[in-house]
Amino acid sequence: MTAAEQVERIFREEHGRVLAALISRFEDFDLAEDALQDALVNALERWQGDGIPENPGAWLTTVARRRAIDRIRRTATLERSLLVLDPQLSYDEHEMDETQIPDDRLKLMFTCCHPSLALETQIALTLHTLGGLTTHEIARAFLVPEPTMAQRLARARAKIRNAGIPYRVPPIDLLPERLDALLAVIYLIFNEGYSATSGDEPIRKELCLEAIRLCRVLIALMPGSAETRGLLALMLLHDSRRGTRLDEAGELVLLSEQDRSRWDRSEIREGIEVLDEALALKDPGPYQVQAAISSLHAEAPTAEATDWHTIAALYKTLAMMTPSLVVEVNRAVAVAMAEGPQEGLRILEGLGDRAKGYYPFHVVRADLLRRSGQLEQAIESYERAIALCDNPAERSHLQRQLDPLINAGTK
Amino acid sequence: MKYMLLMYANESAVPETPEDQQAVALPVWLALMEEMKAAGVLLSNNGLSPVANATTVRIRDGKTLITDGPFAETHEQLGGFFLLECKDLDEALRWAEKIPHAKYGSVEVRPLWSAVA
Repeated sequence: MTAAEQVERIFREEHGRVLAALISRFEDFDLAEDALQDALVNALERWQGDGIPENPGAWLTTVARRRAIDRIRRTATLERSLLVLDPQLSYDEHEMDETQIPDDRLKLMFTCCHPSLALETQIALTLHTLGGLTTHEIARAFLVPEPTMAQRLARARAKIRNAGIPYRVPPIDLLPERLDALLAVIYLIFNEGYSATSGDEPIRKELCLEAIRLCRVLIALMPGSAETRGLLALMLLHDSRRGTRLDEAGELVLLSEQDRSRWDRSEIREGIEVLDEALALKDPGPYQVQAAISSLHAEAPTAEATDWHTIAALYKTLAMMTPSLVVEVNRAVAVAMAEGPQEGLRILEGLGDRAKGYYPFHVVRADLLRRSGQLEQAIESYERAIALCDNPAERSHLQRQLDPLINAGTK
Repeated sequence: MKYMLLMYANESAVPETPEDQQAVALPVWLALMEEMKAAGVLLSNNGLSPVANATTVRIRDGKTLITDGPFAETHEQLGGFFLLECKDLDEALRWAEKIPHAKYGSVEVRPLWSAVA
């Protein structure tokens, strides 16, 4: 690792913690951001000559604090305010030695994911303030122009200040719902990196790793939350398959056709360990159930040898916790594998009209019809799915399923 | 911080409140105001008469234009407000949830500028 890469890694790792400490001290997002930028510029110059300090986080916090005080003093002088006499605003000579920075990242996470901010803003703000991703990187990841993203972040910071969005861990009566929102943001960041097949590969991988890193931080800060561990387990287990999801041509590879020898064993092992820790807390939830499903896939030597009966039962549990079309369609797949395509089709028929516009419904229906020998209806379902799907990689995958059926029909 | 809680509802969807309904509704409002007073957050509140009674004034190119009705035709109309002193947005949102309009209309929570300075 070159010195520049090392500095960049430190910046990313320390960004959220230092920024959180600054916001806690000065209660001002913009001032904290500006002061941290000053400190980062300063660090780039100083560390190249003097080497990286023993505790870079403390170094950055101390320098940024001084810069923030300088900025306040400058403004205070301009306004001829007495603020400059505030004893709180003096430099502490021993600050440089301090190794303990109070960890305020949890408060920062809850502020960034406050429901009064739009979901896309919550995601961008979390990546920027806690993940230390630059505006340029976030804009690229979400395929929006950089000025648009910069404006979105600036508006969010203004709203936090002007609308009085609190900077704290929510009180106990609000905590469950706010924690759910926070986990949802982390999972969205992960999925943005995992599911999208278009865009820039390195930045997509970065999103997956960042979501996993944020979730680890959250576990360290809230060790008693079973669902937070469930989410980490789920992401690790998904991530273990990331390298086998696309072939050389960039085409999507189904779970059943992936090269299981290339799945990341260490991520699977850790995922299962974390899931066990979550289950031991005896507070079940949808992330833990999804992680359990994913772990059964991860442990199976082949698609056929997968424990589909247990997976079908877990999907039933999941459907009770969070009823949705996605869950029902996945349950139909598992039931079809466990008990045959007819049983899977029966579940799909039960969904009625509400599934008509949902393309995965037609994908699964087409596959089950094909497997039960109803080729004409299968072709119709594939065509319906292709018409509804707007992801090019998935569409071409469907076309490759459909072509042999049409050829078989014309022979 | 001072927050204005603006209450919106579709006036025509709830036209005339029947006597018995009002008898149920009124204690709800009174209880809410008592609760706000007891918590020390209530600065002011009032209801607006229907938009049918509204007149809008605009000055364009130096000419005053006076028109009948609200500033814009919207699905839900402003029907009243609460002005509250709260410590942060979460506290203001909690009060907004208790306002009956939240159930059949909307409550918009807006901080006052003076609270920012």
